[in-house]
Amino acid sequence: MSNDLFQGYKGDALKVLKKYNVRVWGQTDIKTKRGDFTGTVLPRSENDDDQHIVLKIPTGYNIGVDVKTIIDMMETGYKKANYKIPEKEFPITPGLPKVKLLGTGGTIASRLDYRTGAVIPAFSPGELYGAVPELADICNLETEKVFAVFSENMGPKQYIALAKTIGKEIEKGVDGIVIGHGTDTLQHTAAVLTFMVQNPPVPIVLVGSQRSSDRPSSDAALNLMHAMYAAGNSKIAEVMVCMFGPTSDEYGLLHRGTRVRKMHSSYRSTFRTIGDVPLARVTRKAVTPIKQDFKPRREDRNVEVYPYFNDRVTMIYYYPGMKPDIIDNAVDSGYEGIVFVGTGLGHVNMDLFPAIKRAQEKGVFMYMTVQTIWGYVHMFVYDTGRDLMSRGVVPAWNMLPETAWIKLSWVLGQTKDPKKVKEMMETNINDEWTEREPYNGYLVYQGGAPEVERFIREVHK
Amino acid sequence: MYENRSAKANYKKTRKEIGYVSRKNASQKDYDRIGFMSGLEVHQQLDTKKKLFCNCPVGMYQKPDDFDAEVIRHMRPTMSELGEYDGTALMEFKTRKNITYRLKKETACTYEVDDTPPFPINKEALGIALRISMLSKLNIVGEVHITRKQYLDGSIPTGFQRTAILGVKGEIELPYKKINLIQLSIEEDSCREVSDIGHERIYRTDRLGTPLIETVTEPDFVNPDEVKDGCDYIRFLNRSTGLVKTGIGAGRQDVNVSCKGGTRVEIKGVAHTKWIPELTHNEAFRQWSLLNIKRILNKRIDAINKWKLQYEILPDTPELYKRGVFKDAVISGKKIIVVNLPYFKKILSHFTQPNKVFANEIFDRLKVIACLIPPFMFHTEELESDLSPKKIKQIIDLSSLEFAKTDAQLIIITPKDDIKTAIETIEERCIMAYEGVPNETRKSFSDGSTIFERVLPGAERMYPDTDSAPIPLPETYLDELSKDLPNQIIDNYKQMKKWGIPEDYYTYILSKNIFGLLKKLITDLKIKPNYAGKFIGQILKYNEGHLKLNEKFNYNLIYKLFDFLLKNGIEIELAERMLPELMAHPRMEFESILSVIKFKKIKPKQILENISFVKDKFTLLKGKNKNKDFVNWIMGQLRYSAIGNIPLNELYQAVIKN
Repeated sequence: MSNDLFQGYKGDALKVLKKYNVRVWGQTDIKTKRGDFTGTVLPRSENDDDQHIVLKIPTGYNIGVDVKTIIDMMETGYKKANYKIPEKEFPITPGLPKVKLLGTGGTIASRLDYRTGAVIPAFSPGELYGAVPELADICNLETEKVFAVFSENMGPKQYIALAKTIGKEIEKGVDGIVIGHGTDTLQHTAAVLTFMVQNPPVPIVLVGSQRSSDRPSSDAALNLMHAMYAAGNSKIAEVMVCMFGPTSDEYGLLHRGTRVRKMHSSYRSTFRTIGDVPLARVTRKAVTPIKQDFKPRREDRNVEVYPYFNDRVTMIYYYPGMKPDIIDNAVDSGYEGIVFVGTGLGHVNMDLFPAIKRAQEKGVFMYMTVQTIWGYVHMFVYDTGRDLMSRGVVPAWNMLPETAWIKLSWVLGQTKDPKKVKEMMETNINDEWTEREPYNGYLVYQGGAPEVERFIREVHK
Repeated sequence: MYENRSAKANYKKTRKEIGYVSRKNASQKDYDRIGFMSGLEVHQQLDTKKKLFCNCPVGMYQKPDDFDAEVIRHMRPTMSELGEYDGTALMEFKTRKNITYRLKKETACTYEVDDTPPFPINKEALGIALRISMLSKLNIVGEVHITRKQYLDGSIPTGFQRTAILGVKGEIELPYKKINLIQLSIEEDSCREVSDIGHERIYRTDRLGTPLIETVTEPDFVNPDEVKDGCDYIRFLNRSTGLVKTGIGAGRQDVNVSCKGGTRVEIKGVAHTKWIPELTHNEAFRQWSLLNIKRILNKRIDAINKWKLQYEILPDTPELYKRGVFKDAVISGKKIIVVNLPYFKKILSHFTQPNKVFANEIFDRLKVIACLIPPFMFHTEELESDLSPKKIKQIIDLSSLEFAKTDAQLIIITPKDDIKTAIETIEERCIMAYEGVPNETRKSFSDGSTIFERVLPGAERMYPDTDSAPIPLPETYLDELSKDLPNQIIDNYKQMKKWGIPEDYYTYILSKNIFGLLKKLITDLKIKPNYAGKFIGQILKYNEGHLKLNEKFNYNLIYKLFDFLLKNGIEIELAERMLPELMAHPRMEFESILSVIKFKKIKPKQILENISFVKDKFTLLKGKNKNKDFVNWIMGQLRYSAIGNIPLNELYQAVIKN
């Protein structure tokens, strides 16, 4: 256990700590060439250098002491921090809906991780109640940690485990399911669950936070309250993403799992429904539908779970001058499906045609989506489009690139029969492609335009 | 206004009881008696182009209602690194404030509203702050760790201030003692408040993110004047680098005060150092008064954990309340509550600060924590009130509560949603009175009084910034920064003493960071120290105070001015006449200024010859009485033509002799 005594320290810094016999959490007086320092030795993040020792000084600040300057060090005491979100028993209130929270490792409630210097999630109902006591007024909560991975590490294995767990929970009889999830790949999981868990009788709400819950202005608590309310009370029984509408602490939006996309790397209001309008607006007290055609909540416990996924499907984001070997390599590596993200209406350059033809001959399933994110693939307009189609590339309508990739992976997880694949890809499960694009499905306002500035001044961002 | 005589008498009696003396009459003995102790946290904005953690410009300010967009946020307490919640955080959470930020595109980007993580720290700011740390003789850290300091009042949209320690354990040397420094940190400045009414607080984000340093002293000051001296010293030290901002709001300080048996109370945001003595004096005596209240209550109450206030919500029939505030309150849906405070008779009107009593302590907390909007409180011991003591009693008697003779009563007007917080707040403050002096931060006023601002945060509110990596400070970098550091302020002080320059001028010279100019006048141009000192400390200061200048005056022009006069063989006293012109028209050539002030070169001999002529004139006008007026009058007549042509001192001697 000697490693624990010097948590995160390595190389020169570790040598110095050992030389003077000072532990992590040891209260220490240090004499250096730059003067004296006093404080508690803190663990060091693994990725930081081995030239400094981290001290928490009595005023609560942290500083680093350069090991090269250290003349003497003495441990004068020891006090290990006990970092724990206060756990209080989550109260059961008769009459409130029963909601199950499934944890995947998002930042709904989190605490500091010294190993990486980042934050790790806290999760039990007691911990959540300690952090967000308002939840007790919204629902009766149960939690289950399905696994703990960062959003970017989610993959087929996790998708399948999650889908199966959801199926079981629904059969057991909950009023709604909330899934805590990191935001980076929230849209992928939302799409895959839409395909894997079909016709659920209750809402399945995915939620995350853009600002980790270790900061006072985090969106985590409010997102969680919105999600819990929607899961427990909403009439919409679909797989949805629940995140901030505006960046202000005002209301959340429920997005259909197949049409939602993260559109900003750090904004709170990053999730947007693309090519359509969101399902509903949600506050702590109400869900107000925006779309009227949704799948309604039911009393029965029936649900269809299709936990299949083929991990030999790739996505190729086209750029001018792309060389055919990219495609050849993918085919030779045994990829069975390719989703192209093409320019404009769905194009790639002619140099790729032979490689695409070759892929077709090898039986690779190919679909075309657009880099413009908004809008349909229209491959009949130009010759290039027609040429591509003749080489086996199928237009994926207005499917989002990520959604198309997820769907093809899910389909190829079930069948390789071209006819079946075609049929399944064309079967619209929940608006992964839409027959109509409403006029307000594409709204990227241009800042600076006077009418937009007027609007922004009046409405909370 | 109605007066309550017995309350007023009690105020005076208790003021005497604790031995309050006004600052004018207070001596070190008085401060020793109450154990006056004080320390400083001096904030100084750095003069950089960009903000500390983003690339927005610094120093552009907007009017309160000039904004392009608004964002609304709520703050929620989070735990410290050591797993504790901070008291302030919990208090602010209780207040349930809606916080609105006003954004202007020129001064705020997505970082200010916490929609983008921080960019790497501004290197220019870090360099300036490190130079000041070296001047403050601090032990410079090996690695800078950005830390989050929680502020749930909303003054920073993230809910915390990014701040980092650059050095610890330093010192400054005042003429009569050394003061130890605890630490110096670099941090981002907060938002400016637009308004704070009830549950709505509004901020501007223009100042947010401006690089700022905070110098913290040990509580080494033992009387109010020392605190001011120490604060001036630190501000002069900061300015001596020439790399910090000056002007309104560029320097602010928090002053920590306690008395013997009291506790650390922080007076926030003191804009002028001249306010410090009165504020610290009053705070020390406020604590001294609270300790007297503690003594009284401890005699009256056996066990505070059994003490409980009683309250009753009065029926809301407007007819009950014939007119005035109570009727208005009920009509607007508010509740009227009678609160009984057992054993608090004559405590409510106990002296705390000049013209303030213990009841103010409750009032101030209710306003901040329960977000009540005045008028919301009346009580049985008002010194002065819009309501008569009789009227107050009538309302209290509408309740069915029973009162003992030793009790005191409050009437509280509050929205229904705030009742719980209001009652808790009152109870909490009363229990604190039994225990002594609560830890708190207080807001200062220019009259020297303070009001409750918030609970004093502790080390629990610190948290490492998970968004930024530590910044190492290698030896080579520090060596580079330590080149050409300015003199220590105390050395400049001692030099001015040596030159025999009167102390009255020092504050101006040091605060404007023009010791360098003074030194150059004396050493390069060989101007006599007492004249150079007077010219800067008195004449320049006067003109600066009385002229309305369009731009900041470049003090180096003064050096050029004297240089010009000396080279042209003009007596340097002419600078006094030229200065106002020069300040008003800094780009005008010295020759042109001479013609504007109509300076004529006359030989000294010619002026001296005029003495007898002027003397005759005096005799003609005023008779033969040759007293002191006589010399002054003659000097007055000759001065204008003499200045610049003959040293006035020489002329004076000639007049006397004549």
